[in-house]
Amino acid sequence: MLTAQLLYALTGCLIMALGLRTALLHASLLRRVVAINVMGTGVFMILLAIAYRGPELAPDPVPHALVLTGIVVAVSATALALALARRLNAEHADE
Amino acid sequence: MNPVSLQLFDVLLLLSIVGLAWASLASPDDRRSVILFMALGLLLALAWGRLLAPDVALAEAAIGAGLSGALLLAALREQPRREAPGATEAVAKRGSSRLQAMTQWVVTLLCAGLAGILGWVLMHIFAGPPLDRLTQAVSANLGVSGVSNPVTAVLLNFRGYDTLLELAVLLTAVLGILALGPGRAGYQPAGPIFDALARSLAPLLILVSAYLLWVGAHAPGGAFQAGATLAAAGVVLRLAGRQRIGLPPEGALRLVMTAGVGLFLAVGLSLLLMGRPFLGYPPAWAGALILVIESAAMLSIAATLVLAFIGGRLPAHGIPAAEPATTRREAITTAAAPERGGEEESGC
Amino acid sequence: MIDVVSSLLIVAGVGFYLAGSIGLLRLPELYARLHALTKADNLGLGLLTAGLMLQSPDLLYALKLLLIWLAVLAASATSAHLIARHARRRETRP
Repeated sequence: MLTAQLLYALTGCLIMALGLRTALLHASLLRRVVAINVMGTGVFMILLAIAYRGPELAPDPVPHALVLTGIVVAVSATALALALARRLNAEHADE
Repeated sequence: MNPVSLQLFDVLLLLSIVGLAWASLASPDDRRSVILFMALGLLLALAWGRLLAPDVALAEAAIGAGLSGALLLAALREQPRREAPGATEAVAKRGSSRLQAMTQWVVTLLCAGLAGILGWVLMHIFAGPPLDRLTQAVSANLGVSGVSNPVTAVLLNFRGYDTLLELAVLLTAVLGILALGPGRAGYQPAGPIFDALARSLAPLLILVSAYLLWVGAHAPGGAFQAGATLAAAGVVLRLAGRQRIGLPPEGALRLVMTAGVGLFLAVGLSLLLMGRPFLGYPPAWAGALILVIESAAMLSIAATLVLAFIGGRLPAHGIPAAEPATTRREAITTAAAPERGGEEESGC
Repeated sequence: MIDVVSSLLIVAGVGFYLAGSIGLLRLPELYARLHALTKADNLGLGLLTAGLMLQSPDLLYALKLLLIWLAVLAASATSAHLIARHARRRETRP
């Protein structure tokens, strides 16, 4: 039986695979940063699906804390990646 | 709620999420890709709410959709306006197109295989009844943790060490950004409508962030959501072309940036000196200590995210007000420090 | 009784959102789309908020919902103005 947990977890796997494929294949740096963020989103969906225990029971709070940490780390990594990309473009423009 | 309609809602939501993710990744235009990514973030916040994770939904809406989107849009400004004609799926230009096609196929198959294996493992994990894992441990110790929101208790007390390291990651990222050069050019001073909105939104956002910080102890909320909301106030003021966006001057800014990690570490070490384990709060003081650490973390997160949006060091004498696309005349008349403004224009 | 009124308001709000989305997809030019989307979405959110306010446990909760609607009203009107102004400037620039 396809429960909500399994549905969300499988969708998380799918989104992660989509993000990984684009991060490896696409040429534009900005698009790769977006793809890595989408990969992270897939992982968060898997973690939250694991934490969800159905409509009656309270969810497991530990994966929630992990995902919260993950979101903040993802945005800081995105900011650093964008700053690096900007510096790379500036260097290439000077050549 | 009716299980069938809930399943229908789940299927529709997940189809929309996958569709948006694919549209964002496969879009020919970078700008469109970023905007679709922001819409994806909002739908994800809805999905996290559906999975009974309101703290995560708040954080996703504020940080994942809002601030990530703002960062990406700010990075887009500097790209030349072109509709990427052939750059949709290009592996490096060298090598024949046959090699390119083969590489694409191999990578696609590998990713599909990875997703398949992961899905198969997850199906086996979910085959049995819902496990307890750490839920019992958390609810048993919630009384002595100092707060009544289990996610906050896990973040700031039971796994406080992870949060300390996370704040250190944020600090490292902003140090890297600051080391890479001066910030992006500013924006033109806003017209009356946007200026009025910015002036009324900024105090409202500050109030909401203080509320989120306070309420995180007993309801969904906490330091990260509050820090992101405070950063949003700074971002809105910057977009409205203002000179002062709420960041303290240079020396105090360094103090604020390191306050999150510093205070956390100081609390942990002083507890160690008192004979308790590292970050082992005494139950009588746990609530107060958590609030103090969260306040410092909120300010630190907000300063870090605003600096990340600016993209680097703030110039010493105010922010150059013009976009790169506007004329030099506007840059000279509106910038507070023309010599710094000129340097910005030619540097980036 | 309150549930019935609340449901009607929420369904009406969603109907306005649907109308706005159809306008976004079907109208010919930018200004028309912007106009339809902003007006319909603001009214839709207002009806949605009214329906939710009837369900709130106390007054403070309802006032917070009202605050959300007012903030979104201001923000979406301002962003529609900014988009339209930007499009206008791009038209008149040689």
